[in-house]
Amino acid sequence: MRSAVIFIAGVLFAVGLGVSGMTQPHKIIGFLDLLGSWDPSLLFVMVGAVAIHSIAYITLNKQKGPVFESSYSLPNSEKISKKLIIGSLLFGVGWGLSGFCPGPGVVSLFSGNIASISFVISMLIGMFAFRQMGKGEKADG
Amino acid sequence: MNYEIISSLVGGVLIGLSATMMLRLNGKIAGISGILEGSIFEVRNKDSRWKIIFLLGFLFGGLYLLLFQSETLINKFNQSIWLTILGGLLVGFGTRLGSGCTSGHGVCGVSRLSVRSIVATMSFMLAGFATVAVLKHLFNFGGFH
Repeated sequence: MRSAVIFIAGVLFAVGLGVSGMTQPHKIIGFLDLLGSWDPSLLFVMVGAVAIHSIAYITLNKQKGPVFESSYSLPNSEKISKKLIIGSLLFGVGWGLSGFCPGPGVVSLFSGNIASISFVISMLIGMFAFRQMGKGEKADG
Repeated sequence: MNYEIISSLVGGVLIGLSATMMLRLNGKIAGISGILEGSIFEVRNKDSRWKIIFLLGFLFGGLYLLLFQSETLINKFNQSIWLTILGGLLVGFGTRLGSGCTSGHGVCGVSRLSVRSIVATMSFMLAGFATVAVLKHLFNFGGFH
Protein backbone atom coordinates (compact mmCIF):
# COMPACT_ATOMS: atom_id res chain seq x y z
CA MET A 1 0.00 0.00 0.00
CA ARG A 2 2.76 2.39 1.02
CA SER A 3 4.77 1.62 -2.13
CA ALA A 4 1.68 1.89 -4.32
CA VAL A 5 0.98 5.37 -2.99
CA ILE A 6 4.56 6.49 -3.65
CA PHE A 7 4.42 5.04 -7.17
CA ILE A 8 1.13 6.85 -7.90
CA ALA A 9 2.58 10.10 -6.54
CA GLY A 10 5.48 9.68 -8.97
CA VAL A 11 3.08 9.14 -11.89
CA LEU A 12 0.99 12.19 -10.92
CA PHE A 13 4.08 14.37 -10.63
CA ALA A 14 5.38 13.44 -14.09
CA VAL A 15 1.96 13.83 -15.74
CA GLY A 16 1.56 17.19 -13.98
CA LEU A 17 4.88 18.37 -15.38
CA GLY A 18 3.80 17.34 -18.88
CA VAL A 19 0.31 18.88 -18.70
CA SER A 20 1.70 22.11 -17.26
CA GLY A 21 4.14 22.71 -20.12
CA MET A 22 7.29 22.36 -18.00
CA THR A 23 8.59 19.55 -20.25
CA GLN A 24 8.81 21.87 -23.30
CA PRO A 25 12.08 23.83 -23.19
CA HIS A 26 10.81 26.54 -25.59
CA LYS A 27 8.13 27.32 -23.02
CA ILE A 28 10.72 27.53 -20.24
CA ILE A 29 12.79 29.93 -22.32
CA GLY A 30 9.64 31.95 -23.09
CA PHE A 31 8.98 32.18 -19.36
CA LEU A 32 12.57 33.18 -18.57
CA ASP A 33 12.62 35.77 -21.36
CA LEU A 34 11.54 38.62 -19.14
CA LEU A 35 13.10 41.28 -21.38
CA GLY A 36 11.62 39.84 -24.59
CA SER A 37 8.26 38.31 -25.44
CA TRP A 38 7.64 37.10 -21.89
CA ASP A 39 5.21 34.18 -21.59
CA PRO A 40 3.96 34.19 -18.00
CA SER A 41 1.85 31.01 -18.29
CA LEU A 42 4.35 28.79 -16.45
CA LEU A 43 4.05 31.05 -13.41
CA PHE A 44 0.66 29.38 -12.95
CA VAL A 45 2.29 25.98 -12.48
CA MET A 46 3.75 27.28 -9.26
CA VAL A 47 0.51 29.06 -8.35
CA GLY A 48 -1.50 25.81 -8.77
CA ALA A 49 1.05 23.60 -7.00
CA VAL A 50 1.64 25.96 -4.08
CA ALA A 51 -2.09 26.67 -3.66
CA ILE A 52 -2.75 22.95 -3.14
CA HIS A 53 0.41 22.04 -1.27
CA SER A 54 0.37 24.93 1.19
CA ILE A 55 -2.97 23.61 2.50
CA ALA A 56 -1.15 20.36 3.29
CA TYR A 57 1.26 22.33 5.48
CA ILE A 58 -1.30 24.64 7.08
CA THR A 59 -3.35 21.65 8.25
CA LEU A 60 -0.31 19.58 9.27
CA ASN A 61 -0.20 18.21 12.79
CA LYS A 62 3.41 17.29 13.56
CA GLN A 63 2.46 15.36 16.71
CA LYS A 64 0.30 12.93 14.76
CA GLY A 65 2.84 12.05 12.04
CA PRO A 66 2.09 10.97 8.46
CA VAL A 67 -0.20 8.02 7.72
CA PHE A 68 2.45 5.43 6.78
CA GLU A 69 5.44 6.62 8.83
CA SER A 70 6.08 7.48 12.45
CA SER A 71 7.31 11.01 11.77
CA TYR A 72 7.87 13.65 9.09
CA SER A 73 11.29 13.94 7.43
CA LEU A 74 11.46 17.71 6.94
CA PRO A 75 14.62 19.78 6.54
CA ASN A 76 15.42 21.64 9.73
CA SER A 77 18.20 23.94 8.55
CA GLU A 78 17.22 27.61 8.37
CA LYS A 79 20.62 28.92 7.48
CA ILE A 80 20.91 31.07 4.37
CA SER A 81 24.30 29.72 3.35
CA LYS A 82 26.64 30.54 0.50
CA LYS A 83 26.13 26.98 -0.77
CA LEU A 84 22.39 27.52 -0.98
CA ILE A 85 22.70 30.73 -2.97
CA ILE A 86 25.62 29.78 -5.23
CA GLY A 87 24.10 26.35 -5.92
CA SER A 88 20.73 27.89 -6.81
CA LEU A 89 22.34 30.53 -9.03
CA LEU A 90 24.31 27.85 -10.92
CA PHE A 91 21.14 25.82 -11.29
CA GLY A 92 19.34 28.89 -12.68
CA VAL A 93 22.06 29.48 -15.27
CA GLY A 94 21.87 25.82 -16.34
CA TRP A 95 18.07 26.07 -16.51
CA GLY A 96 18.30 29.12 -18.78
CA LEU A 97 20.94 27.47 -21.00
CA SER A 98 19.16 24.15 -21.48
CA GLY A 99 15.48 24.93 -20.88
CA PHE A 100 15.30 21.95 -18.51
CA CYS A 101 15.13 21.50 -14.77
CA PRO A 102 15.68 18.00 -13.32
CA GLY A 103 12.16 16.50 -13.35
CA PRO A 104 11.12 17.69 -16.82
CA GLY A 105 14.52 16.63 -18.18
CA VAL A 106 13.92 13.05 -17.04
CA VAL A 107 10.29 12.99 -18.28
CA SER A 108 11.36 14.33 -21.67
CA LEU A 109 13.72 11.37 -22.15
CA PHE A 110 10.63 9.67 -23.57
CA SER A 111 10.72 12.10 -26.50
CA GLY A 112 13.95 10.39 -27.56
CA ASN A 113 15.40 13.83 -28.36
CA ILE A 114 19.16 14.11 -28.32
CA ALA A 115 18.80 17.33 -26.27
CA SER A 116 16.96 15.50 -23.49
CA ILE A 117 19.39 12.59 -23.45
CA SER A 118 22.44 14.89 -23.38
CA PHE A 119 20.85 17.01 -20.67
CA VAL A 120 20.11 14.08 -18.35
CA ILE A 121 23.53 12.46 -18.80
CA SER A 122 25.36 15.73 -18.15
CA MET A 123 23.10 16.49 -15.16
CA LEU A 124 24.03 13.13 -13.62
CA ILE A 125 27.70 13.89 -14.29
CA GLY A 126 27.21 17.25 -12.53
CA MET A 127 25.68 15.48 -9.52
CA PHE A 128 28.50 12.96 -9.52
CA ALA A 129 31.09 15.78 -9.64
CA PHE A 130 29.45 17.42 -6.64
CA ARG A 131 29.50 14.16 -4.71
CA GLN A 132 33.18 13.66 -5.47
CA MET A 133 34.05 17.20 -4.45
CA GLY A 134 31.77 17.21 -1.47
CA LYS A 135 33.04 13.97 0.08
CA GLY A 136 33.38 14.60 3.79
CA GLU A 137 31.60 17.90 3.35
CA LYS A 138 27.85 17.51 2.90
CA ALA A 139 25.41 20.04 1.46
CA ASP A 140 23.30 21.65 4.13
CA GLY A 141 19.60 20.87 4.48
CA MET B 1 -8.04 32.85 -19.22
CA ASN B 2 -6.33 31.26 -22.16
CA TYR B 3 -5.75 27.57 -22.69
CA GLU B 4 -2.06 27.64 -21.76
CA ILE B 5 -2.70 29.26 -18.40
CA ILE B 6 -5.41 26.71 -17.61
CA SER B 7 -3.21 23.73 -18.52
CA SER B 8 -0.37 25.20 -16.45
CA LEU B 9 -2.74 25.55 -13.49
CA VAL B 10 -4.09 22.02 -13.92
CA GLY B 11 -0.56 20.60 -14.19
CA GLY B 12 0.44 22.60 -11.12
CA VAL B 13 -2.51 21.18 -9.17
CA LEU B 14 -1.43 17.62 -10.10
CA ILE B 15 2.10 18.41 -8.90
CA GLY B 16 0.68 19.87 -5.69
CA LEU B 17 -1.43 16.74 -5.14
CA SER B 18 1.58 14.50 -5.68
CA ALA B 19 3.68 16.51 -3.22
CA THR B 20 0.78 16.40 -0.75
CA MET B 21 0.47 12.61 -1.01
CA MET B 22 4.20 12.30 -0.34
CA LEU B 23 4.02 14.64 2.66
CA ARG B 24 0.82 13.59 4.39
CA LEU B 25 1.03 9.86 3.72
CA ASN B 26 4.80 9.24 3.73
CA GLY B 27 6.20 12.28 5.51
CA LYS B 28 8.60 13.02 2.66
CA ILE B 29 9.45 16.05 0.52
CA ALA B 30 8.93 15.43 -3.20
CA GLY B 31 12.18 17.01 -4.35
CA ILE B 32 13.12 15.58 -7.72
CA SER B 33 16.85 16.37 -7.72
CA GLY B 34 17.29 14.65 -4.34
CA ILE B 35 15.14 11.70 -5.44
CA LEU B 36 17.29 11.33 -8.57
CA GLU B 37 20.56 11.54 -6.67
CA GLY B 38 19.40 8.98 -4.10
CA SER B 39 18.00 6.52 -6.68
CA ILE B 40 21.10 6.59 -8.83
CA PHE B 41 24.07 7.20 -6.54
CA GLU B 42 22.84 5.69 -3.28
CA VAL B 43 20.97 2.63 -4.54
CA ARG B 44 21.96 0.49 -1.55
CA ASN B 45 21.01 3.10 1.02
CA LYS B 46 17.84 2.05 2.84
CA ASP B 47 16.48 5.59 2.63
CA SER B 48 16.67 5.41 -1.17
CA ARG B 49 13.94 2.76 -1.41
CA TRP B 50 11.06 5.23 -1.53
CA LYS B 51 13.04 7.39 -3.95
CA ILE B 52 13.47 4.51 -6.38
CA ILE B 53 9.76 3.64 -6.21
CA PHE B 54 8.87 7.29 -6.81
CA LEU B 55 11.26 7.45 -9.78
CA LEU B 56 9.70 4.30 -11.27
CA GLY B 57 6.26 5.92 -11.02
CA PHE B 58 7.72 9.10 -12.46
CA LEU B 59 9.08 7.19 -15.47
CA PHE B 60 5.73 5.45 -15.87
CA GLY B 61 4.15 8.94 -15.99
CA GLY B 62 6.62 9.91 -18.72
CA LEU B 63 5.65 6.81 -20.70
CA TYR B 64 1.97 7.72 -20.28
CA LEU B 65 2.70 11.19 -21.71
CA LEU B 66 4.52 9.69 -24.69
CA LEU B 67 1.63 7.34 -25.46
CA PHE B 68 -1.35 9.59 -24.79
CA GLN B 69 -0.17 13.21 -24.71
CA SER B 70 2.94 13.22 -26.83
CA GLU B 71 2.46 16.92 -27.69
CA THR B 72 3.72 17.64 -24.15
CA LEU B 73 7.15 16.29 -25.14
CA ILE B 74 7.71 18.62 -28.11
CA ASN B 75 10.93 20.63 -27.92
CA LYS B 76 11.08 23.67 -30.22
CA PHE B 77 14.05 25.20 -28.44
CA ASN B 78 16.81 24.87 -30.98
CA GLN B 79 19.68 25.10 -28.51
CA SER B 80 23.25 24.14 -29.35
CA ILE B 81 24.06 20.72 -27.95
CA TRP B 82 27.14 22.10 -26.15
CA LEU B 83 25.12 24.69 -24.27
CA THR B 84 22.57 21.99 -23.38
CA ILE B 85 25.39 19.85 -21.98
CA LEU B 86 26.86 22.80 -20.08
CA GLY B 87 23.36 23.52 -18.78
CA GLY B 88 22.96 19.92 -17.61
CA LEU B 89 26.27 19.98 -15.75
CA LEU B 90 25.29 23.20 -13.98
CA VAL B 91 21.81 21.91 -13.13
CA GLY B 92 23.22 18.67 -11.66
CA PHE B 93 25.96 20.36 -9.68
CA GLY B 94 23.93 23.42 -8.67
CA THR B 95 20.85 21.56 -7.42
CA ARG B 96 23.00 19.39 -5.17
CA LEU B 97 25.09 22.29 -3.86
CA GLY B 98 21.89 24.26 -3.25
CA SER B 99 20.03 21.21 -1.82
CA GLY B 100 17.07 21.40 -4.19
CA CYS B 101 15.48 22.41 -7.46
CA THR B 102 12.18 23.76 -8.80
CA SER B 103 10.24 21.02 -6.98
CA GLY B 104 11.97 20.75 -3.59
CA HIS B 105 12.53 24.48 -3.14
CA GLY B 106 10.08 26.04 -5.63
CA VAL B 107 6.99 23.98 -4.78
CA CYS B 108 7.54 22.16 -1.46
CA GLY B 109 9.72 24.75 0.28
CA VAL B 110 7.71 27.76 -0.83
CA SER B 111 4.49 26.01 0.31
CA ARG B 112 6.14 25.44 3.68
CA LEU B 113 7.16 29.14 3.74
CA SER B 114 10.78 28.07 4.26
CA VAL B 115 12.98 31.14 4.05
CA ARG B 116 15.82 29.05 2.63
CA SER B 117 13.61 27.78 -0.18
CA ILE B 118 12.23 31.24 -0.94
CA VAL B 119 15.80 32.58 -1.23
CA ALA B 120 16.79 29.58 -3.40
CA THR B 121 13.76 30.04 -5.66
CA MET B 122 14.45 33.75 -6.14
CA SER B 123 18.10 32.92 -6.88
CA PHE B 124 17.46 30.35 -9.59
CA MET B 125 14.69 32.44 -11.16
CA LEU B 126 16.91 35.53 -11.28
CA ALA B 127 19.81 33.53 -12.69
CA GLY B 128 17.48 32.03 -15.32
CA PHE B 129 16.13 35.46 -16.34
CA ALA B 130 19.67 36.84 -16.51
CA THR B 131 20.99 33.92 -18.56
CA VAL B 132 18.28 34.21 -21.20
CA ALA B 133 18.60 38.01 -21.23
CA VAL B 134 22.36 37.88 -21.80
CA LEU B 135 22.37 35.09 -24.39
CA LYS B 136 19.35 36.25 -26.34
CA HIS B 137 19.43 40.02 -26.13
CA LEU B 138 23.12 40.75 -25.64
CA PHE B 139 24.67 38.06 -27.82
CA ASN B 140 21.69 37.37 -30.05
CA PHE B 141 22.24 33.64 -29.66
CA GLY B 142 20.77 31.42 -32.37
CA GLY B 143 18.74 28.94 -30.34
CA PHE B 144 16.66 31.65 -28.70
CA HIS B 145 13.96 32.57 -31.19
